[in-house]
Amino acid sequence: MADRENSVPWGVLAEFTGPKPLLEAVRSLRQQGFGPIETFTPFPIDGLEEAIWFRSRLVPAAFLFGGAAGAVIGFGMQAWVNLIFPLWIGGRPLIAIPAFMLITFELMVLCSVAAGILAMLIGNRLPRLNHPVFEAERFSLAEERYFLAILAGADFDRHGVGKALATLDPVSITDIAAEAA
Amino acid sequence: MSTLLPGEQVYRAPTAFPARLAWWLLFAPSFLLTILLVIAIAMVFTRGTGIWGNNIPVAWGFPISNYIWWLGIGHAGTLISAMLLLLNQGWRNSLNRFAEAMTLFAVTCGALYPIFHLGRPWRFYWMAPYPNVMDTQPQFKSPLTWDFWAVLTYLIVSTLFWYIGTIPDLAAARDKATKRRWQVFFGLLALGWRGAGRHWARWRQAYWITAGIAVPLVVSVHSEIAMLFAAGPVPGWNSTIFPPYFVLGAAFSGFAVVSMIAVVLRHMLRLEQLVTAHHLSMLGCLTLACGMMTAFGYVAEAFTALYAGGRELETLYDRLTGPYAWSFWGAVILNFVPLQLLWLERIRRAPVPLFLIGLSVAVGMWMERYMLLVSSLSRDWLESSAGLFHATFWDWALYAGLIGFFLTAFLLFVRFLPVISVFEVRERAVEGTLHG
Repeated sequence: MADRENSVPWGVLAEFTGPKPLLEAVRSLRQQGFGPIETFTPFPIDGLEEAIWFRSRLVPAAFLFGGAAGAVIGFGMQAWVNLIFPLWIGGRPLIAIPAFMLITFELMVLCSVAAGILAMLIGNRLPRLNHPVFEAERFSLAEERYFLAILAGADFDRHGVGKALATLDPVSITDIAAEAA
Repeated sequence: MSTLLPGEQVYRAPTAFPARLAWWLLFAPSFLLTILLVIAIAMVFTRGTGIWGNNIPVAWGFPISNYIWWLGIGHAGTLISAMLLLLNQGWRNSLNRFAEAMTLFAVTCGALYPIFHLGRPWRFYWMAPYPNVMDTQPQFKSPLTWDFWAVLTYLIVSTLFWYIGTIPDLAAARDKATKRRWQVFFGLLALGWRGAGRHWARWRQAYWITAGIAVPLVVSVHSEIAMLFAAGPVPGWNSTIFPPYFVLGAAFSGFAVVSMIAVVLRHMLRLEQLVTAHHLSMLGCLTLACGMMTAFGYVAEAFTALYAGGRELETLYDRLTGPYAWSFWGAVILNFVPLQLLWLERIRRAPVPLFLIGLSVAVGMWMERYMLLVSSLSRDWLESSAGLFHATFWDWALYAGLIGFFLTAFLLFVRFLPVISVFEVRERAVEGTLHG
């Protein structure tokens, strides 16, 4: 145990019985000024985004800009190919906007979805092979277990955190060490 | 575990598969058919498309009608997954994952057909524009080129949508697994997912927006396939009803196949708690609704022919009484007669009748695609360009082989991956307690 006390902590993980106690615990700890807080749940929970102050619009923005870029690339590709390699058939216009719309739409969709999902993975720093929280014995996404973690910062007060958590009636409290460097 | 959580058996299924014998009994013939597929492809590659029945005037034949059939089946998976998610239909959570897997494999089977049909399949990349010394580029005003981009986009987007939707369940399967090799297998696939609040927030944004984009994508893809027909000046094809008619027919055949898969899967993996009679009933409703709208397409098509007269009317008459009348009447009877039983809730909730009606629709829709394609091409404007199409052994071998490939891929999915979106089922169950 002496080893664990000396090692750098990653944070303290507390387990709750359901989404509602978890949400209340997050809000209460926020009010007391603890942070940063991260939660771990087997499925998304309504209201949690506000509780953990998640406000990023990175993913929707990536979908928007990816889609705009895809549309430009799609139309541009067709117009460009028709200009460098003109096929004069029946006197039809080279840049035939209605005929180009389908591929423009498809490339808009393709680039939008690819950019959005890529932004989701990058924003989440995934893929990642290991994480300190996987060390916790109780941690499992296959069960209905709801966790919150208070991450250790520079002025981490383990005693204060433990006291505050204990009043919230968690199932368990676990210290988690940071990954070995 | 003292109490069994919903979906527990889904996470356990890969590591302790409950129906090994049934799985092998299904897998063995599917795998044999896949071997037949390899032989059929090898024959096409070495002998050329002459081994098939298609020739001028019916240059398309099996490859294109089967291509449309496969892609149509695929669309139901996306619609269940995306459209019903956006409409907040919670019951879809028991069906979406395996319906999406069905989409992936059906679209793969479909997408292979036009490539084999090229005659020189190894040059399929000529469909994409790239700098080359031959001074040739694709014709972007042709529906055949639209096709390439539409199917490519659809395949990639439905793969991504399926995969990011599965990540949380792969992570749960990883946490459930006790053997090292399963932990590594699921751990790598789950990309280190740990259900963090911020991760869920971004995941939700990505999942919902992708769903919102996937619905118009489905409509565009099958409308575009209808353009292959409707944009050509061939009697029996040149009709504005085709895009919606094709999209609805696609959804119709797809829901029918999802019903069949749901019936088999829930029995094989004992998922009656998750895929309940209610789910079967809802699938029956979807099949019935899309079927009746497809029936309207038949009527609208006949009306167009009656209104246009001339060659259009002759084509209609040809379809009703000509050499391919079996496919027209087969389509009408198999698609719409047993379908009427689905008006009865008792039938919709019963697995065996639902399976049989689904099978009837899958065959009926295949006949419809065949009839639309072959009857028009075999007799167009000029008497000199009339000629019948008869499928050869290799036509049937390739088709049977692709069915085998589809089943093989699907059975591997059933064997090794979570077949139901368990986290969404649980989320739905808990949501009641959160807001109530």
